[in-house]
Amino acid sequence: MATILAVDDSASMRQMVSFTLKGAGYNVVEAVDGVDALAKAKAQAFDCVVTDVNMPNKDGISLIKELRELPNYKFTPMLMLTTESGMDKKQQGKEAGATGWIVKPFNPDQLLKTIKKVMG
Amino acid sequence: MSIDMAQFHQVFFEESFEGLDAMESGLLNLDMGDVDVDEINTIFRAAHSIKGGSGTFGFTAVSDFTHVMETLLDEMRDGRRQITQVAVDVLLGSVDCLREMLHAIQDGGAINQQSVGLHKLALDRELNQIPVAESANSQVVSVHSSAVQTEQQIAGWSIAFSPHLHLLKTGNEPLRMFRELATLGTLSVTADLQGLPDLYQLDPEECHLSWKLALQGNVPVNEIDDIFDWVEEDCDLAKQAIFTSVDTPSSAAPAIVNEATAAKMPVDEVESTAPDSVVAVKESKKDEQKAAAKGSSSIRVDTSKIDTLINMVGELVITQSMLSLIGEHFELGKLDQLKNGLSQLERHTRELQESVMNIRMLPISFVFSRFPRLAHDISSKLGKKIDLKLVGEHTEVDKTVVELLSDPLVHLVRNSLDHGIEMPDVRLAAGKPETGTVTLEAYHRGGNIVIEVSDDGKGLDKDKLRAKAIEKGLIETDTILTDKQTYELIFMPGFSTAEKLTDISGRGVGMDVVRRNIQSLGGNIEIISTLGKGSTIAIHLPLTLAILDGQSVAVGDETYIVPLGAIIESLNIKEERVNRVVGKGETFLLRGQYLPIVRMHEIFNVTSVKHTKLTEGLLVVVEGQGVRCGLFVDDLLGQQQVVIKSLEANYRRVEGVSGATILGDGSVALILDIPGLVRLANQ
Repeated sequence: MATILAVDDSASMRQMVSFTLKGAGYNVVEAVDGVDALAKAKAQAFDCVVTDVNMPNKDGISLIKELRELPNYKFTPMLMLTTESGMDKKQQGKEAGATGWIVKPFNPDQLLKTIKKVMG
Repeated sequence: MSIDMAQFHQVFFEESFEGLDAMESGLLNLDMGDVDVDEINTIFRAAHSIKGGSGTFGFTAVSDFTHVMETLLDEMRDGRRQITQVAVDVLLGSVDCLREMLHAIQDGGAINQQSVGLHKLALDRELNQIPVAESANSQVVSVHSSAVQTEQQIAGWSIAFSPHLHLLKTGNEPLRMFRELATLGTLSVTADLQGLPDLYQLDPEECHLSWKLALQGNVPVNEIDDIFDWVEEDCDLAKQAIFTSVDTPSSAAPAIVNEATAAKMPVDEVESTAPDSVVAVKESKKDEQKAAAKGSSSIRVDTSKIDTLINMVGELVITQSMLSLIGEHFELGKLDQLKNGLSQLERHTRELQESVMNIRMLPISFVFSRFPRLAHDISSKLGKKIDLKLVGEHTEVDKTVVELLSDPLVHLVRNSLDHGIEMPDVRLAAGKPETGTVTLEAYHRGGNIVIEVSDDGKGLDKDKLRAKAIEKGLIETDTILTDKQTYELIFMPGFSTAEKLTDISGRGVGMDVVRRNIQSLGGNIEIISTLGKGSTIAIHLPLTLAILDGQSVAVGDETYIVPLGAIIESLNIKEERVNRVVGKGETFLLRGQYLPIVRMHEIFNVTSVKHTKLTEGLLVVVEGQGVRCGLFVDDLLGQQQVVIKSLEANYRRVEGVSGATILGDGSVALILDIPGLVRLANQ
């Protein structure tokens, strides 16, 4: 089964995302910020990355940008979790190479639907 | 798929409260004018996280409220808005309001709408505009317009999709998108190979194809937009709706609407369904949630502490296997080895105990962190200039102590701020710096933690204290008191020195309650003061409430534990000093004071008692809540640290007993509750 990297500095959101995806049969690895995520992504190949945008140390957009430059992550779906007020964030995310976004607040069903959309 | 969102609530509350604390201290650190971008970013990020989480977990009132705060903070961050004291105060107020809202939700109670409304109003006023309402309106409008369009019967869509070369590198895959389109209706796809370059020039990482798609069915435009939402700018997309001719009766719109320019649909499905489904989850779980919310309390532990613990357990396992090896083929020659092993076992057990206790230890900063805010609020309210210093914030203390310490400390700090520190003009006249200093300091001393609240204010006036106590009838006019005793007058019930009561501190109750609280934690409190120079109030507390220094005493076959701190002395009883008072029992004359004698075997119905004659046993003089008495026991056994086990959790509450412990030989000993015992003896 596919392995997904879930990145969020908020433990509750991270757990929610992780729990939902695991429930649907995906393998999930959690990371607490961009730096953590980048290290984990280099150590292991992921089929998809779901990341929060606003995080300490390294934000989601920088993370996506740096991941895209890695050979292993050229075509990997990368989704950002963003709030509706972040229209410009979506734009920045796209420019950094994000596949798409999930708008907060979202519920587990919407998350799964979106994940299925990119995982085929 | 239904997932119980309530399971994440506890974590959400915890991180939100942490976030609020971070916002608060960030706001207090903001210097007017000189903007520290990092600080504002931290505050913003906390607000942002709370908003995102509360929206997701269905606490819409919280997310709405945080949204307004976030907008204000965002403008500050971008430098579009000046950071003023007023704005900071409004934000601080909002932090409090949010904290109340979250507490209310956590406890399953109702949110104080009035307070929320007031704070929101203050925030809106600060913003000088109403962005929330505006964005809400624009959403309504767009919902409306899309509704009108879908009312016309759509027979299908014709879509031209030409991705830009880099599309694949955004992780988007046309095939998946087509598959998704196919779920909406009958789809036929025609690939256009014209853009395909010569094989030798073909870069397989680029997308050279384009497609013509025909989708049959009454599909709303937003569902198609949803699919292409992410690639809007990575492709040329044109879609035309095909209407059935019969179903467009009065519409003046053309049969084919070109949608190529209608790019953005602000209302996507994800946003519009979110609140409903989350609310449903929330309601069904409400009762369980209430029950769960109250009881659960968790603790954050430094991973290094856990590592130490695991390490310790490892050592213990090694020692255990060593001992069992010796035990398997034991011979006298191995006695030394056995002794060695046992002493190792003892050491490891003690270390293990220490590291387990250590897990419950929290830095005192958990309590201290609220004081900068308190000092800020009070000093601005009173017009005083106050510098609050925190020293030794990393000193660790048991979690229970931390929780119970909070209220007494607030009281003491308020007193210092309100009564201790003088107004700036008074200070200047007294030759002191205009700004007063209040210091909160914590440090370890022996098995205790000492917390000092000191100020360089006016200090306690002994004459005034004395006069007041006489006036209140607490002491006689001719009572002789030492300095220490004079200061301790403030701990007497019904004593207050402030000439007039303020709403910040001093309603005449308080200091006696503070002392009682500290004593109930097994600690004590003392005052050092110099008139005109300031006062220091020191609290001494045991590091943990789970372990007690006890004196074991024998009464017949039973062993009881007397808390060491409560024992004043132990002595032999001389018959001539015993008085028997009819209806009042026996008393013992000790240095001019009559102490009631409590015969332990009578109170606890011990039949195996050795001595019933007072002169044969021992009298342990104890003090509980200021009242002394003598416990008549058979013998003193020894002093030891005991681990307190709750009697209430395992049996029920017993008057005169605060808990139980298990002794080295496996038997159970009751730990005496001295104040309770004194009460019991007086009945």
